[in-house]
Amino acid sequence: MLRLEKRPQPSQVWTYTTPLLAVAITMVVGGILFAALGKDPLVAIRTIFWDPMFGQFASYSLPQLLVKAGPLMLIAIGLSFGFRAGVWNIGAEGQYIIGAICGAAVGLAFYPMEARWLIFPLMIIAGFAGGMLWALIPGFLRVRFGTNEILVSLMLVYVAEQLLASMSLGLLRNPEGMGFPGSRNLSQITSSQNLELISGTGMHWGVVFAFIAVIFAYIALSRHMFGFNVRLAGQSPKAAAFSGVNPKRLVLICMGLSGALAGAAGLFEVAGPSGQVSIDFNVGYGFTAIIVAFLGRLHPVGILLAALLMALTYIGGEIAQLTLGLPGAAIQLFQGMLLFFLLAVDVLTNYRIVLAKSEAA
Amino acid sequence: MDFSSINPILLLASLMVASTPILLAAIGELVVERAGVLNLGVEGMMITGAVCGFVVAYHSGSPWLGFVCAALGGAGLSLLFAVLTQLLLSNQVATGLALTLFGLGLSALIGQGYNGIKAPNFPDWDIPLLGDIPVIGPIVFQHDPMVYVGLLIVAAVWAFLKYSRAGLILRAVGENHDAAHALGYNVIVIRFLAIAFGGACAGLGGAYISLVRVPQWTEGMTAGAGWIALAIVVFASWKPGRLLLGAYLFGGVTVLQLNLQAAGLAIPVEYLSMSPYLATIIVLVIMSAGRAPGSLGKIFHASR
Repeated sequence: MLRLEKRPQPSQVWTYTTPLLAVAITMVVGGILFAALGKDPLVAIRTIFWDPMFGQFASYSLPQLLVKAGPLMLIAIGLSFGFRAGVWNIGAEGQYIIGAICGAAVGLAFYPMEARWLIFPLMIIAGFAGGMLWALIPGFLRVRFGTNEILVSLMLVYVAEQLLASMSLGLLRNPEGMGFPGSRNLSQITSSQNLELISGTGMHWGVVFAFIAVIFAYIALSRHMFGFNVRLAGQSPKAAAFSGVNPKRLVLICMGLSGALAGAAGLFEVAGPSGQVSIDFNVGYGFTAIIVAFLGRLHPVGILLAALLMALTYIGGEIAQLTLGLPGAAIQLFQGMLLFFLLAVDVLTNYRIVLAKSEAA
Repeated sequence: MDFSSINPILLLASLMVASTPILLAAIGELVVERAGVLNLGVEGMMITGAVCGFVVAYHSGSPWLGFVCAALGGAGLSLLFAVLTQLLLSNQVATGLALTLFGLGLSALIGQGYNGIKAPNFPDWDIPLLGDIPVIGPIVFQHDPMVYVGLLIVAAVWAFLKYSRAGLILRAVGENHDAAHALGYNVIVIRFLAIAFGGACAGLGGAYISLVRVPQWTEGMTAGAGWIALAIVVFASWKPGRLLLGAYLFGGVTVLQLNLQAAGLAIPVEYLSMSPYLATIIVLVIMSAGRAPGSLGKIFHASR
């Protein structure tokens, strides 16, 4: 009989190897899935993981890697603080939408003014603020009324989606759009566009902010009191309270921070790659970022790598859709599977498997 | 705007139908949480049940077979959660989220090519005599059988938890798993059974949406119903009786806003569509005072 024995401390070795192991298992099981769908598993895996970087479309798909990894990174970094402290903001998708709406609204309000030096920074601030305020709703309700922030933040995703529909059909609709839903195309307006900074790299302001967030998060977690308090509150709420951490303030900070970063990600997306506020402009980055945060072990550098990997599966999935006719949902399933296997093999980090001698139960 | 087009009898009758999917999913989750497990994957199990039920019912022509397979599909998915959280001791919040993401992907994959097809007809049950009572008849006694199956499950769970020995053991496991283990109960097996029951109920709830309420398959059609079910369990303070009240309250808001949309109220459709979610938040704020089972969400690891 196999038995699990709790390790005194999480294993250092397994902390780093389990994400890789999870990716490997996902590839194998994913391959079986693709075979079941009637595709050659090896070709499918190569198309998803290899071709975006080295295949014939690499010149198109490589820049996309940063474009897609940027928002994932930005959101996941924000979420990681809360997840460490036991604050579960899973409504990042909603904060992303609200950030985009607020930022775009500021940009459109100034149309057709051309002062980019003024308008674009204001849009970024509006994006941060919008996402932050939206996330502070569940944060405030938890602090004041003890409401479960998981459920409230998620409910607010659906509210945000309805708000987005309303905005793109009503208030923010392009007056010259001949009645089509959706706002003016921000990426075509010089004062509010968020284009590539270096052509051919996919590097836009959102990606720059994402890298800055990674650096700041790294410093905060390893060198700053705030990061220490976050880790302490997650591991032992009582010890944190004794050492003077205000738990309510920590909840609000974690929610606000994650919301602000998610909102900013939304703004950079709506002003750049996606271009306009439209009913279906959000593509689920807010949810995928949860996978990224866990896959990256809630560590800034890990999140950076996990975001790149997840971006790879998005792009590879699109290529596989075009060239192999692989259904788009298969990639979604693939990403869900990755999180599953990660959680499953994580047992090795915290427990040791020992061969138990038979004994009285 | 024309409020006279809203018929109060029809409104109350459709309230029962609208609340059934949430009721089914919530009663399953209630049992799971009373056993001390927090499964946040209700949405994923519901949508899997919705697609399994629809596909089977479409090919076999039998909605009943669809419901059975939906329950099996939901339970099957929930066993994944059970293995991860009970045997591999993973974090329940994260695993539940994973289950939802996985279920959404899985259902989209299975449901390819079934978009826009109509589900086989699931006729209403005309109960003789009772159905002919004025006012109450059409409200309570002229629905499809699943509405009554849902009510029956709620009543059964209530009686099970309150009066049966097995129910007592399940509650003991949920309140204090270490004590239950010390008494010789197999915590893991009991939790496995509870999780599977929760999955089956969520599957039934999902299939009710795709086979009766809509009735067709579209990707992501549960639209947060699973999360609302989770909220209603909190609202009900983990008591089956209050659960019924919560589900009807939610069904009432849903039906009312749909009727107001149809009546052409001057509020844009999007804002009316928000109302069920906002109502859920308000309900959570008012009713977060209930006491959760003692071991809810905690990892059980029997050390020697």
